[in-house]
Amino acid sequence: MTATVEAASARDFTERNRKANWIAFATMVALIAVAPFVAYPFFVMQALCFALFACAFNLLIGYVNLLSLGHAMFLGLASYCCAHAAKVWGFEPVSAIAVGVLAATVLGFAVGALAIRSFGIYFAMITLAFAQMVYFFSVEAPFTHGEDGIQGVPQGKALGLVDLSNPWALYVFVALVFLFGFLAIERIVQSPFGEILKAIRENEPRVISLGYRATLYKLAAFTLSAGFAGLAGATKAIVAQNASLTDVSLSTSSEVVLMTLVGGMGTFYGPALGALIVIAMQNYLAQFGEWVTVIQGAVFVACVLAFRRGIVGELAARAKVSL
Amino acid sequence: MTLFGHVVSLPALYGQLLIGLINGSFYALLSLGLAVIFGMLQIVNFAHGAFYMMGAFAAYFLLKLTGLNYWFALILAPLIIGAVGAVVERLFLKRLAGFDPLYSLLLTFGLALVFQGLFQNYFGASGMPYAIPKELSGAWNLGFMFLPVYRGWVIVASMAVCFGTWLVIERTKLGAYLRAATENPTMVRAFGVNVPRMVTLTYAFGVALAAFAGVLAAPINQVRPGMGVDILAVVFAVVVIGGMGSILGSILTGFVLGVLEGLTKVFYPEASNTVAFVIMAIVLLVRPSGLFGRAH
Amino acid sequence: MLDASARSTTVLDVKGLQAWYNESHILHGVDLDVGEGEVVTLLGRNGAGKTTTLKAIMGIVGKRSGSVAFNGQEMIRLPIERIARLGVALCPEERAIFASLTVKENLFLPPQIARTGGMSIERIYALFPNLRERLSSGGGKLSGGEQQMLAIARILRTGARFLMLDEPTEGLAPVIIEQIGRTIAELKREGFTILLVEQNFRFASTLADRFFVMEHGRIIDTFASAELDGRMGMLHEALGV
Repeated sequence: MTATVEAASARDFTERNRKANWIAFATMVALIAVAPFVAYPFFVMQALCFALFACAFNLLIGYVNLLSLGHAMFLGLASYCCAHAAKVWGFEPVSAIAVGVLAATVLGFAVGALAIRSFGIYFAMITLAFAQMVYFFSVEAPFTHGEDGIQGVPQGKALGLVDLSNPWALYVFVALVFLFGFLAIERIVQSPFGEILKAIRENEPRVISLGYRATLYKLAAFTLSAGFAGLAGATKAIVAQNASLTDVSLSTSSEVVLMTLVGGMGTFYGPALGALIVIAMQNYLAQFGEWVTVIQGAVFVACVLAFRRGIVGELAARAKVSL
Repeated sequence: MTLFGHVVSLPALYGQLLIGLINGSFYALLSLGLAVIFGMLQIVNFAHGAFYMMGAFAAYFLLKLTGLNYWFALILAPLIIGAVGAVVERLFLKRLAGFDPLYSLLLTFGLALVFQGLFQNYFGASGMPYAIPKELSGAWNLGFMFLPVYRGWVIVASMAVCFGTWLVIERTKLGAYLRAATENPTMVRAFGVNVPRMVTLTYAFGVALAAFAGVLAAPINQVRPGMGVDILAVVFAVVVIGGMGSILGSILTGFVLGVLEGLTKVFYPEASNTVAFVIMAIVLLVRPSGLFGRAH
Repeated sequence: MLDASARSTTVLDVKGLQAWYNESHILHGVDLDVGEGEVVTLLGRNGAGKTTTLKAIMGIVGKRSGSVAFNGQEMIRLPIERIARLGVALCPEERAIFASLTVKENLFLPPQIARTGGMSIERIYALFPNLRERLSSGGGKLSGGEQQMLAIARILRTGARFLMLDEPTEGLAPVIIEQIGRTIAELKREGFTILLVEQNFRFASTLADRFFVMEHGRIIDTFASAELDGRMGMLHEALGV
């Protein structure tokens, strides 16, 4: 008797969940479609790149409970490599982006292999330290041009067909890259692989005792996350037509944490929403100079103390669905 | 002298070794504070760099606003910034006890942004000069090199404070309370010790160590809002290399890493900024729990 | 059975004590009392709530409600360290010897809570001669028996006159059990009040004045040691011994 009721309520939950997710997805796509008409398209594209960056970061913190405080190294390195490939080697944008993604993935694998055996807080310190190393490397290495960065990156013809210097073509291109990344990450989280990641988050010793090599799963998740962060960074280089030290800096690493925290860790839509909010905040508060850092820090503290679920997490909890 | 194909002058070598020891003094004080805090609160204090910076600024303001000189600052700045630390622990960190330690970490990270931003807001990126106290100006001729007195003082003061801290923790009743509470805080409370207050004071003490390092640093490097962020990543590398939870280990690693950095500046200057992280990577490969750490 | 008022003054008076660990409700209203100079033993199966009762009296549970009065003072809202300062001492089941402290540091760790009444260090060494020889050893290097003796010795110095001992004989050799039994008898003679949790029924029966039997987080029976023989059937049932 109770079993039937429970099954019915579980079915009810799945049904409600599917509906809520469809509404959320449709709203997001509609917003992306409308946004360039109501806001400055360059701003929207920038926000989409950071939204993808935050989704990639969330793959780690939200589903494996690993806090990386150096994720800017993947964004920044991919950005530099993509800019270099497009400008110096004359690659068309899609291949240039692929070069960036590859570089970030390789770096992600290397850093992950070293850091992944360490537990929570250690992991955060190690990723921060490595990111700082990549930052110093970017200051010194000749191809990144130090303080100047790589400027005037050509946007070129995607796959030799679509000219991305056309603002509309570029917008559609960036929107498609974002949606591809977003859906791919959602797929990964819902796949059997993602289920094991979530199991590791809940109880790692148990998963190991069941015969899974948890470290390899975590390393795979870290490498994937680095790759998607790279996709965001490389695309950003094409959009902004430059790659600079800001992209590898600690402040970028902390911004992605803030975006995810504000939107909701471990939710599909939270990081993207958080990215939009943080980027908008930066834009509108730019005139206040360093106050932006103070406000960001205060939002950090407030979220951690009183709002740990984030916006989307809070909404989902109220509507009793998972978004 | 020729090494690795470089022509190295001995004075340059001694000079860089000295700078290495100075930097090592700061690394040791900062990583010691992190280790003390970690032992008791099980959190990594990401605001440590900000407190170091605030210690230097406290010295600057004490001189500028009240005319209190370096020697007062050496005592007062750690007390003031330590009190700020106590307030942070009471107001914020205490509320997060029982939650995932990642939240405390994020909280200290956010606080670091706030402090950092506030100072940057008022002072920009530029530095304020802080004069070497006249008792410590000048230099000694050691025969093979000139040692500026202040630099010698920094090394001695830092070693003395580090060693004193170690002594207190390992050899006194107070240290026994600390070690016991690190192991089993509930049981220590059940003996009638006010452990929550001890936790607050421990955090304040770790913060005060950072502020002390900041005062020592003020006459060497200028007093800058960004000075904490720059050093923090290296200090994390020190902590990872030494292994969390070993007091002596974090002190020793701090000094050794400073010297290694100095040597790198002589033999391969391009890598001097990254050598700490390369060593960290090697240690992580060989001994993931750190040189002095216990396996987790 | 003696009436509570007929005995000497009540040291500990527990009424309707409920306790939780996180979400799980462990104690569902425990009533018990311990008189001055008495040795009272809590009996019950594993999981009946004996250890939790001691911890709840000490304040070491997530949440608790009801009433715990010690020498007439209500303690239900007090934090752990204040309860300890009133003169309540716990020797926990896991003994909680600090491995990073020497035996001497362990022994001298608990602060004195009363100016008088604490046992002198000579008396403690006389009770536990092994400890004196091992003063400089690390706390982690002791045998089970030595750990137990240290755990008891540690709380005798402080001046607390009310001791809660949680399974002091668990996992120990018969010779050691005998020594601990003698010690508890000695403490009783000196007027300490003791609340004992013990699985070793034979051991407890030689020491206790009264018994409380627990099941599912409640006291289901209480009797004086004189009534022990008449209760054997019930006890076999309740304890599964």
